[in-house]
Amino acid sequence: MQQVFQRPQSLKDVQTHFCPGCHHGTIHRLVADAMDLHGVQDRTIGVASVGCSVFLYGYFDIDVVEAPHGRAPAVATGVKRAKPDSFVFTYQGDGDLAAIGTAEIIHAANRGEDITVVFVNNTTYGMTGGQMAPTTLVGQKTSTSPYGRDKSKDGSPIKMAELMAQLGGVAYSARVAVDSPKHVLEAKKVMREAFGYQAQGKGFSFVEVLSACPTNWGMNPLKANARIGEEMIPYFPLGVIKKEEAAD
Amino acid sequence: MSKRLFVKGNEAAAMGAVEAGCRYYFGYPITPQSDIPEYLSRELPGLNGEFIQAESEIGAINMLLGASATGARAMTSSSSPGISLKQEGISYMAGAELPGVIINISRSGPGLGGIDASQSDYFQSVKGGGHGGYHIPVLAPNSVQEMYDLTMHAFDLADLYRTPVMLLGDSVIGQMKEALIANPRPVRELPAKGWAVRGKGGAEQRVVKSLFLGDGELEAHNWRLHAKYQVMKEKECISEEYETADARLIVTGFGSVSRIAHTAVTMARAEGMKVGLFRPVTLFPFPEQALAQAAARAGKVLVVELNTGQMVEDVRLSVGAAAQVAFYGRPPGAGSLPSPEELLEVIRKNYEGSAR
Repeated sequence: MQQVFQRPQSLKDVQTHFCPGCHHGTIHRLVADAMDLHGVQDRTIGVASVGCSVFLYGYFDIDVVEAPHGRAPAVATGVKRAKPDSFVFTYQGDGDLAAIGTAEIIHAANRGEDITVVFVNNTTYGMTGGQMAPTTLVGQKTSTSPYGRDKSKDGSPIKMAELMAQLGGVAYSARVAVDSPKHVLEAKKVMREAFGYQAQGKGFSFVEVLSACPTNWGMNPLKANARIGEEMIPYFPLGVIKKEEAAD
Repeated sequence: MSKRLFVKGNEAAAMGAVEAGCRYYFGYPITPQSDIPEYLSRELPGLNGEFIQAESEIGAINMLLGASATGARAMTSSSSPGISLKQEGISYMAGAELPGVIINISRSGPGLGGIDASQSDYFQSVKGGGHGGYHIPVLAPNSVQEMYDLTMHAFDLADLYRTPVMLLGDSVIGQMKEALIANPRPVRELPAKGWAVRGKGGAEQRVVKSLFLGDGELEAHNWRLHAKYQVMKEKECISEEYETADARLIVTGFGSVSRIAHTAVTMARAEGMKVGLFRPVTLFPFPEQALAQAAARAGKVLVVELNTGQMVEDVRLSVGAAAQVAFYGRPPGAGSLPSPEELLEVIRKNYEGSAR
C-alpha cells in the first residue's frame, strides 16, 4: 500500500489550542508544507507575533523568535540581516500586522527584506475576544463595534495584499482563502510560490489568508466557513496581485 | 595596536562598538546622537556588517532584538524621546534575556523638552523604563575615552549576563571632542551562546521568548532574573573616587556634571576645604557599598545632578543613617548647566554645615 498523505515534517505531532472551526490549523499546515517542499526547515527561523498565533513554536518544529505586538517584520529584518543564510518568515494576524504593526510591515516590505510574511485576516482580534480590527467589514458587529463598523467613523477595512503590491520592495503579494478544498489547493500553491521567492532569493513575499474565527464571530464552524465566501471574498478578492521576476 | 585620536564622544562610542565586534546597527536620527548612526553607516558596510536606518525607534529596537536573537553583537542608539519609544523592546529583550547595547545620549524633558545636557532620565534608565519590573546595567561615561571603553565593556556585560545594557550620556559627553586612546578590545572569557536561534538543523528546537504561561513558570523566571541582578550588584559596580580619603564632605554626581564637580572640588581643596568626589560609573548596579564607606568616613554627602533629584534617592538608600545627604540640582534647559564657581559656592555652604 502506498502512503499518499502525511503530516508535513516541519509540523509537530501535537494537538493545537485553536478553537473548533478556526483556520489557523489549516494555514499552519500549508506553511509547513511549503517549508518541506523547499527543504528549508533546518535553516528556518520563524518569527511569532502576538495573538492566537503566538504559540508558533509549539506547532512548528523550527527555531522561533517571539516578537512584540506588531513588530515581527522588524524582528525578522534583524534576524535575516544578521543571518542571511537563514530562511525567515513571520506569521501575523490582522490586528498585529494591519493596526499596531503598520509601520513595521510597510517598511520591511518597502526595503525588500528577503523574508516571507503570512498574514491571517479573520476580520477581528481573536486572542483578546473579538474586538474591531482594521480589516473588520463595514457593518460587522464586534465587541467594540456593537452597532456595526461605521465607515464614517471607523474607516474602511484595509486591503493589505493590494497595499503591499504597491511597494517597490515587494516581489510577491497574493490573497487566498482556505474555506473550501478548491481554495485550500490554490492556497497551497500560492504558499509554495511565496516561500519559493525567498528560497530563491527573489525578495519580499506576502500571503494574506482569509480565515474564520467562529468563536468571536458568534457562529458555528460551518456558518463561519460559509461567511468567508459570502461576505469576505467579495470585499477581499482572491488571487496573485503581484509577481515579480528576479531582478537582474 | 593603540591609536591616538581626537574625536567626539559619539564617534568614540561608535568606534568602541566596532572594536567590540558589533557589526549590526539599527537606528533613527535624533539630536544629539546622530554622529553614531552617521559613523556606522560609513563603517559597517566595509566590515561585512549591516546598517539600517529604521522607520522608527520602535523598528530599530526590534531589529536589534532579532539580530541579537541570532547571537550577533548588535546595537542601537537614540536620545530621550526615542528611548521612550524603545522601552517596549527593551522590556521584551530583558524578558527574553537577549544581549544588546543601547546608547542614550539623553536630552532634556519632559515631552519634546530641549536638546541641552540633562540627567532627567536617570529614573527611566536605572529603575526599568519599560513594563514588567526588570533592570538593565546602566553605564555613565564622563569622557570621550570612557565612551569608547565603556561601550566595549557594555557588549561584554550584555553577553555575560544575557541582558540589554545602556550607556547613558548627554550632549556634553556625546558632542565634546577629546583625545582618545583607542585600545584594542580587552580579552574576556564569555559564555557560548547556546540559546541563539540558528535554524535547528538536526538538533533541538531553540525558542527566544518572554511569554511564560505555565503554572509557576513566570514566577520562577522573575526570581531567576532577580538572582542575576543580585550577582551584578556583587560583581559589576564601578565607581571613581577623587580626594575622598580625608574628606569631610563627599560631592557625588555622574556623567557630565561630575566633570564640573571635579573642578569645583579641586577649587575647594585650594581653599583648604577637605572635599572629595565620588563618581558612580555604573548607575545600575549602583555602587552602594563604596559610596556608603566614603560617606560614613566623611559624614556628609552632597549630590549634584542636572535634574530636580533622582540619583539622590539611591544615594540616601546607600548611605542610610551613616551620613547626612544634601542635594543641589539644576533642571535641564538652555543656560542651566552650572559653572564650577556655582558648585564651589554650594560646596562652601555645605562644608560649613558639615564640620564635626
